[in-house]
Amino acid sequence: MSAAPAPVIRSAATSSSAEPILVVKEVTKHFRTPDGVVTAVDDVSLSVRQGEFLAVIGPSGCGKSTLFNVVGGLLGDYEGEVTVAGERITGPHASVGMVFQEESTFPWRTVIENVSFPLEIEGMPKAKRHDKARHFIDMVGLSGFENRYPAELSGGMRQRVSLARTLASEPKILLMDEPFAALDEQTRLLLGDKVLQIQQELKQTTLLITHNITEAVQLSDRILVMTYRPGKIKRIVDIDLPRPRSSEIVGSDAFGHYVAQIWSDLREEASRGLSDDESRARLTPGRRK
Amino acid sequence: MSAAALARSRTAPILLGIGTFAALVALMQVLVETGILNRFIVPPPSDVALAFERVIMEEQVVSRFLLTMRECISAAALLAVFGISIGTLLYKVNILRQATETWVAAAAAAPTVLMYPLFMVIFGRSATTIIMMGFVAGLPAVILKTIEGLSETKRVLLNVGRSFNLTPWQLFWKIQFPSALPTIFTGFKLGLIFALINVVGVEFLINFGGLGQLINDLAERYDLAGTYAAICFVILVSVCFFVVVEWFERWLTRAA
Repeated sequence: MSAAPAPVIRSAATSSSAEPILVVKEVTKHFRTPDGVVTAVDDVSLSVRQGEFLAVIGPSGCGKSTLFNVVGGLLGDYEGEVTVAGERITGPHASVGMVFQEESTFPWRTVIENVSFPLEIEGMPKAKRHDKARHFIDMVGLSGFENRYPAELSGGMRQRVSLARTLASEPKILLMDEPFAALDEQTRLLLGDKVLQIQQELKQTTLLITHNITEAVQLSDRILVMTYRPGKIKRIVDIDLPRPRSSEIVGSDAFGHYVAQIWSDLREEASRGLSDDESRARLTPGRRK
Repeated sequence: MSAAALARSRTAPILLGIGTFAALVALMQVLVETGILNRFIVPPPSDVALAFERVIMEEQVVSRFLLTMRECISAAALLAVFGISIGTLLYKVNILRQATETWVAAAAAAPTVLMYPLFMVIFGRSATTIIMMGFVAGLPAVILKTIEGLSETKRVLLNVGRSFNLTPWQLFWKIQFPSALPTIFTGFKLGLIFALINVVGVEFLINFGGLGQLINDLAERYDLAGTYAAICFVILVSVCFFVVVEWFERWLTRAA
């Protein structure tokens, strides 16, 4: 077991040892709701360096998914600025590939047709795009399943198809919004291994949105902890665990220290979220959240 | 054979279907022969079987069958083109949808077959009247199910498309339409049922061509065995039609 290094913790600032490829600058996003204006994220700034794996973690309702949609260009009308390799993001962008939390494979397409979808949109000839898709299918460990339909695969396999499809578009930034949230813990750990392996192989810059501390520590170089609503950056934790990593690292003392440290930050925020939900439920007994 | 093996067997359901049909025919024969059912109202199945030869040889049933089939195919083509297009238009133009969806839903339950005199005034006593009656009867189901299918496309699938920077046209043809196809086909098959009923019904009512007219002629001659034999040909049209539509649906949606 490795010795436990003291967690490197900074306030809401970004480390800058290499040129950042993704820069989120002072982003604020409000939503109009029947109960009034809600600020989902408030003055969030972060940067992700080339090849870095950054996780954003926070309790439910902290604006993680809002941040995911803003960076992915799916949500407009926000204050602040998001740039990828110096280019301002004003809508969906080829540089940013997104893997969603919900099951998002196309049920009418086979695995290979799903994975080659972004290449088909680019206008790549069928034989060439299928060759390229096979490479990514192999990368996510689904060789032999090329001609299966999503309905014939397990939940974990379908999420791997989604991941391969996004990787096939060769994005500069891979954005993942709790991609394994619907899976059981064992599958989640094993798929974490697969993501680590792919990230190391492709040197893929990745921004992971999650509420799972184990997943965040297992995969990330840095973890950004968010406050409960309005979502602000509470702390950034550097994860100084050796790479290449695998799920075996979850048993190490150092891993446990990071998990405990992040949980102590999150616990307060999650409790705030829980109390807020309870008071709202008391005020509006007829409505469900 | 165990219950599990029966459930897995491919031939067992077919054999059960044929067996049930044969048992019902035998039961009818017995009920008529024993006088429980009046043979002047319900002809014995043996008479119906014998009437087939007469209906085929003397009543030009093949050409009538083909005419009814052509009318049904024409109505189906109109339903596919206009039903899906109008459904898509109503889905895309919200104000149109809000203005007309209730009417379309009401039209689905209306006895449109009673409008045949109006159609005869417009199109004359012709196959066009029959085709248009079939088309109008099936249209609301196709429109409503097209709207439903397009509206129920999962948001995440659309977000996947947007994340790949698809144009609105690509988003529609590559994601929304294939996602809606199973629901659209449900509406199309429902529309075809209404269309088929109306095609044969209007042939019967206006006494023009096809199997409907033959049924009318035979019924008026009180040739009940021949009438039932002709009805069997109507069922054959329906079976042929649905076999083709289901094959087409499987080919188009593949994963279904």
